[in-house]
Amino acid sequence: MSRLKTLVANERGTPPLAGGHALCQGCGIPVVVRTVLDSIATPKVVVGATGCLEVATTRFPGTAWNVPWMHVAFENAAAVASGIEAAYRALARRGALPQDDPITFVVFAGDGGTYDIGLQALSGALERGHRFLFVCYDNQAYMNTGIQRSGATPLGASTTTTPAGLESLGKMQRRKDMTAIAAAHRIPFVGQAAASHWYDLSRKVEQAVAAGGPAFLNVLSDCPLGWGHEPKLFKSVLDLAVETRLWPLYEVVDGSYRITYLPKRRVPVTEWLALQARFTHLQRPDAEKIVAEIQRRVDEDWDRLLRRASSDAAATEVS
Amino acid sequence: MASVRTARLLTGSEAVANAMRQIDPDVVPIYPITPQTPIIERFTRFVADGETSTEIVNVESEHSAMSAAVGSALAGARTMTATSSQGLALMVEVIYIAAGMRAPIVMAVGNRALSAPINIHGDHSDGYLARDSGAIQLFAENAQEAYDLMVMAPRIAEHPDVLLPVLVGQDGFTITHSAEPVELLPDEAVRAFVGEYRIPAPLLDLSAPRSQGMFAMPDYYFELRHQIAAAMERAREVIEEVAAEYEELSGRRLSALEEYRLEDAERALVCMGSTAGTVKDVVDELRAEGERVGLLEVRSFRPLPIERIRAACSGCSEVAVLDRADTPGGVGALHAECAAILCGSRARVRGHVYGLGGRDLSPAEIRAVFAGAAPRYVGLRSAS
Ligand SMILES: Cc1ncc(C[n+]2csc(CCOP(=O)(O)OP(=O)(O)O)c2C)c(N)n1
Repeated sequence: MSRLKTLVANERGTPPLAGGHALCQGCGIPVVVRTVLDSIATPKVVVGATGCLEVATTRFPGTAWNVPWMHVAFENAAAVASGIEAAYRALARRGALPQDDPITFVVFAGDGGTYDIGLQALSGALERGHRFLFVCYDNQAYMNTGIQRSGATPLGASTTTTPAGLESLGKMQRRKDMTAIAAAHRIPFVGQAAASHWYDLSRKVEQAVAAGGPAFLNVLSDCPLGWGHEPKLFKSVLDLAVETRLWPLYEVVDGSYRITYLPKRRVPVTEWLALQARFTHLQRPDAEKIVAEIQRRVDEDWDRLLRRASSDAAATEVS
Repeated sequence: MASVRTARLLTGSEAVANAMRQIDPDVVPIYPITPQTPIIERFTRFVADGETSTEIVNVESEHSAMSAAVGSALAGARTMTATSSQGLALMVEVIYIAAGMRAPIVMAVGNRALSAPINIHGDHSDGYLARDSGAIQLFAENAQEAYDLMVMAPRIAEHPDVLLPVLVGQDGFTITHSAEPVELLPDEAVRAFVGEYRIPAPLLDLSAPRSQGMFAMPDYYFELRHQIAAAMERAREVIEEVAAEYEELSGRRLSALEEYRLEDAERALVCMGSTAGTVKDVVDELRAEGERVGLLEVRSFRPLPIERIRAACSGCSEVAVLDRADTPGGVGALHAECAAILCGSRARVRGHVYGLGGRDLSPAEIRAVFAGAAPRYVGLRSAS
């Protein structure tokens, strides 16, 4: 069956996240959610962290979710999932739940709920080995509270707490490498994907669920309001993040790095920056050094990833 | 009444760990902190030896312990945990949520002072932090009561009209680490008493997918949050119903309020926790000396037995309320509540703060409280 047909089949006529929710036009989050959940054939239970996805889909008394869904707070989604998964194991063991059709537990959290305030709970859950898939929809800032900077916000971005101004060129720190942090937990599957590349994302989800342990997916997702782009540029802006090699698509399976998409030509990062109002100030003459720095770091990170992936590939061939 | 009775020498921690073994909860997320540690150490040893089939989740913080507990309890599994002090402080955000999501989690608390300065000994500051959360909060007088309340707690928490977390407090060290004779019920009796875990909408019921922990705007928030208050009102009755049933089983009655020699008392003292034991001795002495004094031991801090406190004090002219936690710049919490409850009665209500960070309250000081001769901060050394 083609992947698209598989996704449709897995929906069984009912989308896990129905239309009518209040997420913005051009927002990548619903694309990520539907692609992820439709790539899973088993029954699913979803846990959400506080953020745009939660707020925009569950305004009482309505809900957009057609699968069991739970939200508790901002920083603890991985801990909540740990408890649910432990409950599932306990109940299955004493025969209170059927064991033939295993449930897949999926967490959705934004970059704030993953990189920053949610990092401790996530790290603990990964280390303990709970069987669940943690999906970070990384839109590079705290969007729900009004576009504040996070540990995922890229160098030079203007946010409402790192605003560009006469004496400021936006955020002055580089983003942390959350995918590598997850990989350092030596869990069976870690992947980096983008909302624009649904096929790649879907394949990674399948692999993550089959990996038989905790899995982490870091999925780049746009925010028209926070990034300052037209909603219709949803795909272009994400595509360019991938093509500029700023957001490489790769996976780490049992510690081995593999790049899953190789951009064909070198696209300068300025093309990506130019699409977004949060980087407008970088066109000022005094920002030249920052732009050069952004490019240098993209190249450096890409080269390191390439070296890592090719040495892992060589190691696989040797063994 | 139970026919076979054997008392064993157990600390409050061991007593509670034994209650947990007998209840055999499905999931227990844990994170260590003194003086709670002996509870979870003893319990995990029971699990290691196959005496319970519990799924232990060794989380990385108390915040995660309470979060995992909410997930697990609402997934459909009986869930218990334990903590103290800073751990409870870290949990507080999620205790409010547990109450709001109506998760019937049972938690043993080894009550301990809050930092700074850091201190591991008993007072009620940690419990007071969770006062307004919507969790039911019970205080034990001794190890036996800690055990009894722990066995009663699932029945209260899981009652279909209640569905709230229950915190079972015992004073750090004074109870958690002191061995006394404790009578355990037979395992089967406890298991039959608590019964099966049932909640109205388990998350893992895939036949009826539900959203839990939703977002509510001003059009619904007030009503949803008010449901906790309604459940608390109902919990007043449920606590007494469960206490009556438990009395049949054990011969011990653990009511929300214990009235000790109050019949014709002119002066009453109100307190919670282990101090009540000492106060009872002092009451006995004073009674022997002809003084008309008595004690109101508050076992249920939430829901507070308001009407019963009012009725119990109706004949008193002096009521002294002891808070084992301070409210800098304000009036002690239990003191303020008793004053409000007794407003309009003929009783003069005084408040005292005592025992912070594990400081003992001596019989002499209790006598001074009864005599109206104690300062507001009882047992505090003068600054000189
Ligand atoms: C403990 C706590 N701190 C702060 C907040 C406020 N808050 C709610 S959502 C949010 C930002 C979420 O950002 P992110 O995780 O990136 O998700 P997004 O908004 O982009 O969907 C913040 C700061 C909160 N709810 N809880």
